[in-house]
Amino acid sequence: MLHIRCPYCQELRSEEEFSNAGEAHIRRPPDPAALSDAEWGDYLHFRKNPRGPHREIWVHTAGCRRYFNVLRDTVSYEILEVYPAGVPDPDAPGEPTP
Amino acid sequence: MEKYSLPSLFRHASRHHEDWPRAWRDPAPKEAYDTVIVGGGGHGLATAYYLASKHGVTDVAVVEKGYLGGGNTGRNTTIVRSNYLRDEAAHLYDFSLGLWEGLSQELNFNVMFSPRGAMNLGHTLQEMRDIERRVNANRLNGIDGEILTTAQVQKRVPLLNCSPKSRYPVMGASWQPRGGIARHDAVAWGYARAADAYGVDLLQQTEVTGIRRRNGAVTGIETSRGFIGARNVACVTAGNSGVLARMAGLRLPIESRPLQALVSEPLKPCLDTVVMSNAVHCYISQADKGDLVIGAGADGYNGYGQRGSFRIIEHTLSAVCELFPAFSRVRMNRQWGGIVDICPDACPVIGKTPVEGLYFNCGWGTGGFKATPGSGYVFADTLANERPHPLAEPFALDRFASGALIDEHGAAGVAH
Repeated sequence: MLHIRCPYCQELRSEEEFSNAGEAHIRRPPDPAALSDAEWGDYLHFRKNPRGPHREIWVHTAGCRRYFNVLRDTVSYEILEVYPAGVPDPDAPGEPTP
Repeated sequence: MEKYSLPSLFRHASRHHEDWPRAWRDPAPKEAYDTVIVGGGGHGLATAYYLASKHGVTDVAVVEKGYLGGGNTGRNTTIVRSNYLRDEAAHLYDFSLGLWEGLSQELNFNVMFSPRGAMNLGHTLQEMRDIERRVNANRLNGIDGEILTTAQVQKRVPLLNCSPKSRYPVMGASWQPRGGIARHDAVAWGYARAADAYGVDLLQQTEVTGIRRRNGAVTGIETSRGFIGARNVACVTAGNSGVLARMAGLRLPIESRPLQALVSEPLKPCLDTVVMSNAVHCYISQADKGDLVIGAGADGYNGYGQRGSFRIIEHTLSAVCELFPAFSRVRMNRQWGGIVDICPDACPVIGKTPVEGLYFNCGWGTGGFKATPGSGYVFADTLANERPHPLAEPFALDRFASGALIDEHGAAGVAH
């Protein structure tokens, strides 16, 4: 059972209050029509799915209902970092925010 | 390989069972093989067995980081059925079910396949409509299926709470008589023993650390016991497919999550079929030794720790107690998790990759056990002929570029 500190409510709550919304910092291609089928398929379906630290999106469903980002280890389940949505990807700081 | 039979049982009994031969060898790795299969679970061992028995390819090694059948093969709830909605999936799973029916004889190993029927309950009008649609689709595909009324459900499962006053009343069910359960370890052991008899090397305690490639083609694998050369490398590593793919510089449309199950203390026979419910989410059957085998859900987030979140167990057991009030005082013995590779369309990926000689059979998600024989059969055929088996063709990796997904999420009886 995870305990997550919502960056907006600033409270440590059980995972039961939250929903996971998948990998974070996936940027929608600016011009989808310009992509090949393979590139568009990659954007839609292919994920990093790392064994280790994973940046992912969570929603405080039963709380403030706002989205935020979590850096969590997928083996130890330790939560390493929690930060609001809209913060640029710390692993790729040059990229525009999704 | 010594044939298991009644005379052999008598012969060994007369010698106090002290001289049974090993079921398979423990060989040292050779320098190179024609085909190396990564992953010594049911699917990998079945692939090795069918490669050797159907295609005469015996220069094969199965590489396993732990022990045979120690991953998801030993962690599932052993349910076998083929009542899938979409044609592509239904054909593949029903082909597999057909192999299950003769598997014990073929392998000379009792896999304890017990076709005791599989029941999917419907609790809402919409669910009953979906069940009717699915059963009709199954019958058009030649798969057995019936729609049961509440009274028929109650007659088959007397302990089930079919009261109209329950919170989610049972309105009916779909019923596949040929479905059932099998002994999961025996499937791995049976395939392992039969493959070993053909000369396949089963290399346990051998972890793959890298996939070596030259000019876009695979040349072998790096392992904890050194380099092993191979013309073909076939990855059947449920739960770790993404990790293996990264070693070859590939990405997969897969996310890995723990799926949990638990078993109770042994009880006298009280449940002689498989009962599944989407709406309250649980599935339950009784193993031959008496334990109730209960399937829980998958976590809502990625994870590689082979354990799941406690809230999933709470939800599942509250559903079990709602459906079977008599089980509310049964104690649970053990609980565990297995890592399942889930594709966006809840269907597997079988076939070639952009790296020549590298094949993947993965992404079976939460329903791989039932497919073990069929998966091995079509994958072996794909490897031996270097083209997809007709049943495996729709499951190629390129469907995620073409968009021809086979949407079984929620369509296949259990939605998780």
